[in-house]
Amino acid sequence: MNVLESNGLGKRYGNNWALRDCTLAIPDGHVAALVGPNGAGKTTLLNLTVGLAAQTDGIVTVLGGMPAGSVAALDGIAFVAQDTPLYKNLSAAEMLHMTRNLNRRFDERYAKARLGELGIPLERKAGKMSGGQQAQLALTLALARRPQLLVLDEPMAMLDPLARHDFMASVMTAIADDGVSVVLSSHVLAELERVADYLVLMSGGSVQVAGEVDDLLACHRVLTGPATEAGAYTKRLNVVYARRGEAQTHLLVRTNGMTDPVPPGWEAHPVSLEELTLAYMRDPGAAALPGPARAAVVLPKEARN
Amino acid sequence: MTARAGHDTRLRPLPWRRMAWVTWRQHRLTLAGVVALLGAAGAYLLITGLQTHDAYAAVTACVPANSGVCQRVATDFLNTYAPGVGVTFGLLQVIPALIGSFTGAPVLARELETGTFRYAWTQGFGRARWTVAKLVPLAVAVTVATGAFSVLVSWYVQPIFGAGDNNGPLYPTLFDLLGVALAAWTLTAFAIGVLAGVLIRRVIPAIFAALAAWAGLAFLTGLFLRPHYSAPVVTSNPTIPVQAWVINQGWFKGGNPASLDMINNTLAQVDVRAVTPELFQPGPATPASLGDPVQYLVQHGYTQLTTYQPASQFWRFQWIEGGWLLALSLILIAAAVWLIRRRAA
Repeated sequence: MNVLESNGLGKRYGNNWALRDCTLAIPDGHVAALVGPNGAGKTTLLNLTVGLAAQTDGIVTVLGGMPAGSVAALDGIAFVAQDTPLYKNLSAAEMLHMTRNLNRRFDERYAKARLGELGIPLERKAGKMSGGQQAQLALTLALARRPQLLVLDEPMAMLDPLARHDFMASVMTAIADDGVSVVLSSHVLAELERVADYLVLMSGGSVQVAGEVDDLLACHRVLTGPATEAGAYTKRLNVVYARRGEAQTHLLVRTNGMTDPVPPGWEAHPVSLEELTLAYMRDPGAAALPGPARAAVVLPKEARN
Repeated sequence: MTARAGHDTRLRPLPWRRMAWVTWRQHRLTLAGVVALLGAAGAYLLITGLQTHDAYAAVTACVPANSGVCQRVATDFLNTYAPGVGVTFGLLQVIPALIGSFTGAPVLARELETGTFRYAWTQGFGRARWTVAKLVPLAVAVTVATGAFSVLVSWYVQPIFGAGDNNGPLYPTLFDLLGVALAAWTLTAFAIGVLAGVLIRRVIPAIFAALAAWAGLAFLTGLFLRPHYSAPVVTSNPTIPVQAWVINQGWFKGGNPASLDMINNTLAQVDVRAVTPELFQPGPATPASLGDPVQYLVQHGYTQLTTYQPASQFWRFQWIEGGWLLALSLILIAAAVWLIRRRAA
């Protein structure tokens, strides 16, 4: 089952395409990280996924083929929006009561226990909470709905490093306990490296890279060698990004699983998720779409040399 | 642990009663404000109204009612109490606009302004039903509250009408606070506020936009629409039935409108000056035998044509106005729900 699937998805605001020709399939059981520069269309894609916005073009379905925003889709997806909006004049207990009223399932005992563990008093108003507490309350409300899919839009943007760490630990615990699938967007690449096992890199309103993190890391590597030979080498390889020093050049290469012998004088290193992400973000023209279980077939654009 | 979400795509919507607590919790302060405002205004009407009714008892006790003495008693009563009642009605004009726009505009605008709509509309209840479940109870609440208030207003003004005041219940600043009109105009202000909130997406600007739109609509209705709810009576009889709503009055001669200058030329022969076509000022040379200048003008070939609506049209007009305002409000609220449903937000 794909928790999120889109085909030719487009969203236009006025004359601006926030999202264009976005084709994607995220299988369930993953923590999928949506990364990309500002304006890449991450929030737009998430808004379409949870049914807050309606697409201009194409199709988006969730939880194995249900139209985004339908009754069943709303029921199975919990969303924590950017800046975790809550009713400031309502206490934590009242937010729990409201969320319980608005949903088919709500595990109030779990929610209360969780807030207790976090040291958030039930009678405290949301407006009087710290940013970290508000984010944790919003996450608690979402998890207590026992969703199949948890969607988080920049959940860590407003948090300090400690709160960020606690927040992601909460998400990971919920995943371990519950097996909920997660799609989250974030700028905090270092944090994602620890939690995400599926990567979707967006740029200019469409998908640039998508796939399981392990697969992506396996089919990329960094080659380091003499700068004088770099020119000849780049002709034969899919070079995503080249960093040229005076003597040495570092090339991020997409091997697509083929293991060419490393020529003499060159060294090969595995790539980190952060390096890989940054390299693709620096070159929006490069594309890698090797994701498995994709419903819609996308022909990968040839990597630019 | 509760069961996880299933794959049933034919899920039934959650029952409406789930929204009762949500709507009450989020709007109880607003509703308390409405009750406080109507309570304060109602207490004032009750206290001053009791005084007016006490004084009016002397008018009704006077027999025979059409005797000169009784006419004097009634006139004295009106001279004492009618101006105060007039001022009160002037102040009460703001009630429907204030209540309607202050309750209506924030309902959706606050969600859009603070971003909480991203929480509310992604819950299992669904955004269109969430919108309906908020708007309908609030609309009913303000309509019922102001409807009850207008009963008090009718009781308050009853002695003034009873004593034969010139301004009948069709008089513009009275008509809209009596009968069903007060509730209907409040509901209209609410509906305008709701729609303005969706379109403007900010609370304070939406309230002001709603106040302005409502005032414009009320003004144009009184001026251009209400006089035509039924064909007005046109008469050349200078004596107009008491408490009729005079829409238009003018002098004609030979089938053409007579200007103020023409009237003054004619009246100059008896040294009377017409300040307006209805207000005459005798001069020192005015013969004592002249009598009413109106009669003088009639005798000299002038005709005074008056267009009016008799006071007996009151309820018919109330139902017409209440009816179209109700229809308009429903359309505006439906438009707001449609915009939310269409995910224009």
